[in-house]
Amino acid sequence: MGYVASARERARENFGRAGEFLSEMRRKIHREGGWTDLEKQPIVSLRDIAVSFDGETVLKDFNLGIGDGAFVTLLGPSGCGKTTTLRIIGGFVRPDAGDVFFNGKKITGLPPHKREVNTIFQKYALFPHLNVYDNVAFGMRVHGKSEREVKAKVGEMLGMVNLKGFEHRNVNLLSGGQQQRVAIARALANEPKVLLLDEPLGALDLKLRKDMQVELKKIQQQTGITFLFVTHDQEEALSMSDEVVVMDKGAIQQIGTPPDIYNEPKNAFVADFIGESNILDGVMREDFLVEFAGRKFRCVDRDFRRDEPVDVVIRPEDVDIVPPDGEHLAGVVRNVTFKGVFYEIIVDVQGFKWMVQTTEFERAGAEIGLSVRPDEIHVMHKSKYSGTFGDYSTFSDEMDEDSRPAGGEAR
Amino acid sequence: MGKAKSAAFPYLVWMVIFILVPTALVVVFAFTDRSGCFTLKNLEGVGRYSNVFLRSIGLGAAATAVSLAAGYPLAYRIARTHARRRNALIMLVMLPMWMNFLLRTYAWMTLLEDSGILNHILRFLGLPAAHMINTQGAVVLGMVYNYIPYMILPLYSVLTKIDRSVIEAAQDLGADGRTVFLRVTLPMSMPGVISGVTMVFVPAVSTFIISRMLGGGSNLLVGDLIDMQFLGSAYNPNLGSAISLVLMVLILICMGIMNQFDENGATEGGVMV
Repeated sequence: MGYVASARERARENFGRAGEFLSEMRRKIHREGGWTDLEKQPIVSLRDIAVSFDGETVLKDFNLGIGDGAFVTLLGPSGCGKTTTLRIIGGFVRPDAGDVFFNGKKITGLPPHKREVNTIFQKYALFPHLNVYDNVAFGMRVHGKSEREVKAKVGEMLGMVNLKGFEHRNVNLLSGGQQQRVAIARALANEPKVLLLDEPLGALDLKLRKDMQVELKKIQQQTGITFLFVTHDQEEALSMSDEVVVMDKGAIQQIGTPPDIYNEPKNAFVADFIGESNILDGVMREDFLVEFAGRKFRCVDRDFRRDEPVDVVIRPEDVDIVPPDGEHLAGVVRNVTFKGVFYEIIVDVQGFKWMVQTTEFERAGAEIGLSVRPDEIHVMHKSKYSGTFGDYSTFSDEMDEDSRPAGGEAR
Repeated sequence: MGKAKSAAFPYLVWMVIFILVPTALVVVFAFTDRSGCFTLKNLEGVGRYSNVFLRSIGLGAAATAVSLAAGYPLAYRIARTHARRRNALIMLVMLPMWMNFLLRTYAWMTLLEDSGILNHILRFLGLPAAHMINTQGAVVLGMVYNYIPYMILPLYSVLTKIDRSVIEAAQDLGADGRTVFLRVTLPMSMPGVISGVTMVFVPAVSTFIISRMLGGGSNLLVGDLIDMQFLGSAYNPNLGSAISLVLMVLILICMGIMNQFDENGATEGGVMV
């Protein structure tokens, strides 16, 4: 939480000054599409892409540019089109309309084997009839490299993924994590300009997943290769990426750095998908003054229409618990769950269930006051997602698991 | 565990009565004469028929090669078609097998005869008639026609099991269509090739109906020879058993060589290409 809090502070400071200009620029550009990095020339860009499978639209009017050398994550729920986006760049899906550019050159019709991108597949897709060495050597041999070059490079790659000494192992007998490393070594041995990663950590257990996240990030920084990473795991996206592209229903919802995405969600979907959020109906009374839960609050947002209906986002960790003194919002604790670092409590405030994360224990049934600082209130324009997220009245851990499938998305 | 064992028991009995005992009897017959005394004469006698053995193995190998060459592309195509249409196509492959084996082969006789349907068509088109029946080609054709489903089915089953993403990974790493086939698809389908080859070669080598009906008297195969020793004019079960035994050993050797090939394919398939 320390990291998030300090990043928030920084983002807030920026937001008031130069950051505001940048955000405004982003918003403007986003109307016609999005660029993950404004300063750099995109290495891959997608223009006006449309794809549908069996009459079902997967992507529509899709525009995206990937900055060179960045770690960019496509984040979204199953079926949002993120894997399809990756497969279009890899050359496995031919879009119905629109074009793909690589370093400014059109590659829309180029078959996969002629593209300077490599993919790490969801289930690794190692060659079962080849050993570790021959798997990693495959790409170089196809490109006609000499066996001496191949040997040196395979050694280097296996060293990078900590698999030295595994050269002659049967890939079918390796653990999931080891197979994943072979897949990484195999893809990087080809020295791609862009590496596409399709939920590569989805099949690993939690501990291994965390280790691999660190390792992947390290490899990306060492090699300077552009990584385009697909995941439905928001925590993974926040901790690894330079830029996150949040997608839903075949459209980009928001592009930004992890703190941007977390602190300044563009709509209720992003606020709900990234982390936990209390999303309340509110009315923007004037600049820096918003009304919700029957009270007026000072905030840091402005440039809304007078009395514009808005969505108000308050993160569970930003709510402070105070004695019920009549001055603050008051509520009754309904449910307390111990989460290790903090308690997660559900507080009933006039029928609306808030989620609050606190390090201090509160008894279920206790009456408490809730205090929120002005800079912890985030105001958003209403969107098509308004009203669909943000109330924890039906919340349970089990349901949350159910509604976010862990097994990746079906194509 | 115990349950599985007891469930396998009937088959064990079956195997002993109908496989082990007859095989043992073949061995006993091969090493004895009519009066039941031990002798090596039968085996020595087999040597006289080495040309028949060579012809059988040659025609069997030819039929296997043709089946593989024709069956692989077909199996590949079927494995690549949409799942919904696959079953229909596989049924078409198996359709001839629903008809009686003899009838199928008879049908080829009437097709290939000098005054048969094919020659009628040739004549109608103004082309010279061709002598097709009673040739080695006709025998190979008969073998291919009858046994090719046994080649296609194992190939098909192996090819459909190849994960699409493995093919994509090869393309992704820079392999064009030809390279993907030679370095990934073909090595990965070797188990299917081995079992298809076995399932065509073994019955083709030991067939006797096909050669008799389509090959005439001049293309005698080992199967015919054995048949003659048991049911024909040259009644001599001891010699017949000796021939069977030699054939069995030869087939085992052939299969051994094939399996060696497979092991290479499984561990270092890239080298095989």
